[in-house]
Amino acid sequence: MSLLTPTIRPSVVARLNPVAKLAVALIVSCALLLSIDWVSAGVALLLEAVLLIWCGLSARQFWLRTAPVWIAAPMASITTILYGEDSGPLLGQFGFISVTEGSALLGLAIGLRVLAIGLPGIVLLATTDPTDLADGLAQVLRLPARFVLGGLAGLRLVGMFIEDWHSLSLARRARGVGDGGGVRGAARRFFGPAFALLVISVRRGSKLATAMEARGFGSDEPRTWARPSRVRTADAVLVGMGFAIAGIAIAVAVWAETWSFVLA
Amino acid sequence: MPAPSSFTPGRASHIRAAQIRARAWGWRHAGRHTQAVSGLDLVIEPGERVLLLGASGAGKSTLVHALAGVLGDAEDGDETGSLLIDGHRAAEARGRVGLVLQDPDSQVVLARIGDDVAFGCENLAVPRAEIWPRVRQALAEVGLDLPLDHPTSSLSGGQKQRLALAGVLAMQPGLLLLDEPTANLDPAGVIEVRDAVVRSLDHSGATFVVIEHRVEVWQHIVDRVIVLDPAGGVLADGPTREILASQGERLAHAGVWVPALPPRFPTRHQVTASETLLWAEGLAVGRVPFARRAASVVADGITLAVAAGTATVVTGPNGAGKSTLALTLAGLLAPAGGSLRASDFFAAGINSEPHRWRSKQLLNRIGTVFQDPEHQFLAATVRDDLLIGPRALGLSLAEQTSRVDELMHRLRLDHLADANPFTLSGGEKRRMSVATVIATRPRLLVLDEPTFGQDSRTWQELVAFLAELLDAGTALVAVTHDAQFVSALADEEYRLASTDPIRLGVGTS
Repeated sequence: MSLLTPTIRPSVVARLNPVAKLAVALIVSCALLLSIDWVSAGVALLLEAVLLIWCGLSARQFWLRTAPVWIAAPMASITTILYGEDSGPLLGQFGFISVTEGSALLGLAIGLRVLAIGLPGIVLLATTDPTDLADGLAQVLRLPARFVLGGLAGLRLVGMFIEDWHSLSLARRARGVGDGGGVRGAARRFFGPAFALLVISVRRGSKLATAMEARGFGSDEPRTWARPSRVRTADAVLVGMGFAIAGIAIAVAVWAETWSFVLA
Repeated sequence: MPAPSSFTPGRASHIRAAQIRARAWGWRHAGRHTQAVSGLDLVIEPGERVLLLGASGAGKSTLVHALAGVLGDAEDGDETGSLLIDGHRAAEARGRVGLVLQDPDSQVVLARIGDDVAFGCENLAVPRAEIWPRVRQALAEVGLDLPLDHPTSSLSGGQKQRLALAGVLAMQPGLLLLDEPTANLDPAGVIEVRDAVVRSLDHSGATFVVIEHRVEVWQHIVDRVIVLDPAGGVLADGPTREILASQGERLAHAGVWVPALPPRFPTRHQVTASETLLWAEGLAVGRVPFARRAASVVADGITLAVAAGTATVVTGPNGAGKSTLALTLAGLLAPAGGSLRASDFFAAGINSEPHRWRSKQLLNRIGTVFQDPEHQFLAATVRDDLLIGPRALGLSLAEQTSRVDELMHRLRLDHLADANPFTLSGGEKRRMSVATVIATRPRLLVLDEPTFGQDSRTWQELVAFLAELLDAGTALVAVTHDAQFVSALADEEYRLASTDPIRLGVGTS
């Protein structure tokens, strides 16, 4: 498995157009950013959970990929509970720190929000092949091919950075500047190869650009696409679901009178 | 390799071979004072197969890049005269010309082989229904018999070059240009690529121009040799055999590998019994992959001894772990199993495990010349870079200067003392990378593919210099594919057999 050719298990979500997935993630995020309350985030998370069952990730993959969100959410939540703006009845006081009903609810709302926005984003990307995403961006959203394909080709160079960095570090050791010198030495050992890596990468990037140009890339003439990126009914349904999740979350929050529009 | 059924041999009648016509053509790169090419008059008729030769700096690459239309516009340089393909300016002959470059890694565009081959067709707006048959045909022609969704990252160098060739063939160009396509490949890769080119030319009948300083590879395939003159224009032009006979001497002097004039081997003095420096016993070598803890062993059960004044060459197929073994013997990677010990004579007062030595302690014990010289450059000028080792050893200022001056003179780097190492030519970079390491006078010199892609002149100088070092008692370990290098220098050959490419876990210890 590599960055550019991830092993993606066939699943309903994996077959969807990446642009539709991107749209759903954006719709839900935007809706949830309009208010900070626990009901809308909780409802959205609950509905998403149903969708995520179809994503085709194994349990291990799911927890591994989403681990950052599971760590970030409670952290954000606890920080807000302890240090957030106080309002409502006091629930506890620990020295400088006071926990009130207001700050507790705010903490809960923030924690749920991080999950509700982060989980679908990560899961949808984990089931998307970068090449398919580029095809979608260029063909469905009509973004300029030069940017999309240039970016995609550039991604391939990332793997080479890691190889180059390794060789550069070994070469420094071989040349007698691989250790010693305390903090200044350590800083030199980082910035020295960083500069060499930059030179080598720029050189490699321009060679790649020449190779792409030699194959007719980068002119203003129209190009065709070998891999069609189509928006099918299933994709429309997915986007509809995105709107539904956003709508239901907002409606329930308004009904429960917890909705607080951030721009109001 | 059996060709898939979609491949139909015989001439492809729909491909029209291109004609090249240069009239007083010249190019000066922006920011340079001298012309890269000047006063070039030349006609290459459709279907001709041409080997383009010339000393380094004669403008071979510039001409080929111009023909491919990738030299850029007025901002990138000044053009004089005219360079026409089928009567059109080269820069406007989009899709008529296909170019394959030297570096296999920087020509792969997309993640899967099918998509990569399709890339050029897409850019030329070939209809989708026509693209995939072309992709299959091109892959069959170059003999890449792999599924279309095979990841490009897992290909060998030779396979990557054949992929680049397929990407170009799918565009059905009337002119095929190759700029040192095999310089970075091992001998098996060279043959793979050459055969794929011949097969595709027999099929398409396209005009063909190749730059390559190893004449042997292409001499029986081309029917015409053109030698560019560094002073401008054409030095010689005619049938292959004639030109090689009349210009051979001159070309060989300019660094071209002329089959009839192989480089001279240095005379070695016989080594009498000498000190052993390093012992490997049941050594397993491997690297710790990114974000992993255990090394993945690429070769194991290695038992060898390295003695002062002798040359040990490590040979074997790609992926057998030759470079990893070299880096381990050089004290840069920890052994993945078994043992590697330095003799008391070699360690000279420090512990006997090279990978535990401090970076400075390596300096006068083991010097390593990396496969890519750019990886080991540290300073902004050649001179400063050469001074780094001697300074780190704490030598006197006078001693530092005298060592560095002597080395620069010996390896013909004097005139480049103030140049940035990254701007040197391939041969200069190689000579410099050897000089930086020799400046600290290590007892053991480890080299990874020192002669890769070098012209015959650099080759001869390098081999002569290494022979001198050996006679003076330096031990040498070199990883190489180069059979001539082995016959010129090797006292011992250690052949690594191909093993399973990846076996996880720590080897026998």
